[in-house]
Amino acid sequence: MSNNCLVSISDYSKDEILSILDSAAEFEANPNRKTLDGKVIATLFFEPSTRTRLSFETAVIRLGGSIIGFSDAATSSSSKGETLNDTIHMVSCYADAIVMRHPLEGAARYAAEVSPVPIINAGDGANQHPSQTLLDLYSILKTQGTLENLTICLVGDLKYGRTVHSLIMAMSHFNPSFKFIAPDELKMPDEYKVFCEKNNISYTEEKELTDNFNDADILYMTRVQKERFQDLMEYERVKNVYTLKNDMLSNSKPNLRILHPLPRVNEIDPDVDSNEKAYYFRQAQNGLYVRQAIVSKVLDSSKQQESKR
Amino acid sequence: MGKELKVAALKNGTVIDHIPADKLFQVVSILHLDKTLNQITLANNLDSAKIGSKGLIKISERALEEDETNKIALICPNAKINIIRDFVVVEKRPLILPEEIREIVQCTNPVCITNNQPVTTRFHVQNQNGQIVLKCHYCEREVIQEKVKIK
Repeated sequence: MSNNCLVSISDYSKDEILSILDSAAEFEANPNRKTLDGKVIATLFFEPSTRTRLSFETAVIRLGGSIIGFSDAATSSSSKGETLNDTIHMVSCYADAIVMRHPLEGAARYAAEVSPVPIINAGDGANQHPSQTLLDLYSILKTQGTLENLTICLVGDLKYGRTVHSLIMAMSHFNPSFKFIAPDELKMPDEYKVFCEKNNISYTEEKELTDNFNDADILYMTRVQKERFQDLMEYERVKNVYTLKNDMLSNSKPNLRILHPLPRVNEIDPDVDSNEKAYYFRQAQNGLYVRQAIVSKVLDSSKQQESKR
Repeated sequence: MGKELKVAALKNGTVIDHIPADKLFQVVSILHLDKTLNQITLANNLDSAKIGSKGLIKISERALEEDETNKIALICPNAKINIIRDFVVVEKRPLILPEEIREIVQCTNPVCITNNQPVTTRFHVQNQNGQIVLKCHYCEREVIQEKVKIK
């Protein structure tokens, strides 16, 4: 296994996270640097994810690298029944690193074990999506000037939303306080509350979204997905309760910024978009710089390993 | 007639004692004793001061492999395994779960890579406040010991 893979945010120490964020800031100041000249990066998307794929591909192209790959498993050999092991070995004959999105959970960890070239996990089912977490951290750092001692309010689907779970893990290095706002059906699973308690992270839980985030520095909204509900009446009730409207922001802190992993449906009213506290579109743009930093780090450490051999 | 149950003494082989009565047939199943040609003695619902009602298995001429004792440790961690040679207990094998369990446990997550592709399962054994939990190395799904699915 190549140990410079990025499979899960917990693979990175606090120092590694901070160095990625530093490097992302450098890429933001100067996004077009030819550090990947002559390199080939494969983007293997076994399930479609246009946003993530375009972001990674743009990152590689702006660094002077080239892209091979596919955007849908239907057009790849896996539709003929090829195992992931075989696909990874075949692609690693051509590419210097592999960015992979796969519907099966654990696919990225497995690929990292069998692959001779670095694997970057661009999402494995509902399990991990570390580049999203790093771009969330970068957005928080950029808007607040620090990651330390912040109050972060997480809203919506806290049960199945992998982005909020990874964010708790990653923020645990920086002494945060959390407020979890979710309906009963979608409340934060116990294992993450136990994690907070073990790490001395304070949190509170609420069921309604009003203006009860007035002490927060970050309001992290997530999509409440219809398919998560067994009772559709309950969904109809909840989906409107969890809509953020512009007038709810009037007493919030001046430094508050609203994040959302996107796509949103109706959990943020369009009237919020023009508020200076709305940060979700710029958050998506930050993904480009963070992914430039990730691809560079992964290839850089693989180069160092080769030179040691 | 006394309380003592008459079961033939074992000359050479393995005795698994203190199996909770409701786990006996699960142990039979995971050790594939229904297919073995060795002589076996099964007893169940025996009185036990420790666990109330217990089961017992004697397997003639067979020593258990490590992955077999791991399986037993997962299902009934307090069972006792004695290796017998010439009617004498020569080894009391402790049931200790290893830090990592390979192959014998199936992940409970239907969309885990290990349930969909030819991948050997790997689980990390963790003690969370006294509760043994197995965490899938791949999909990171956790399952408590009582709910473990053995292949």
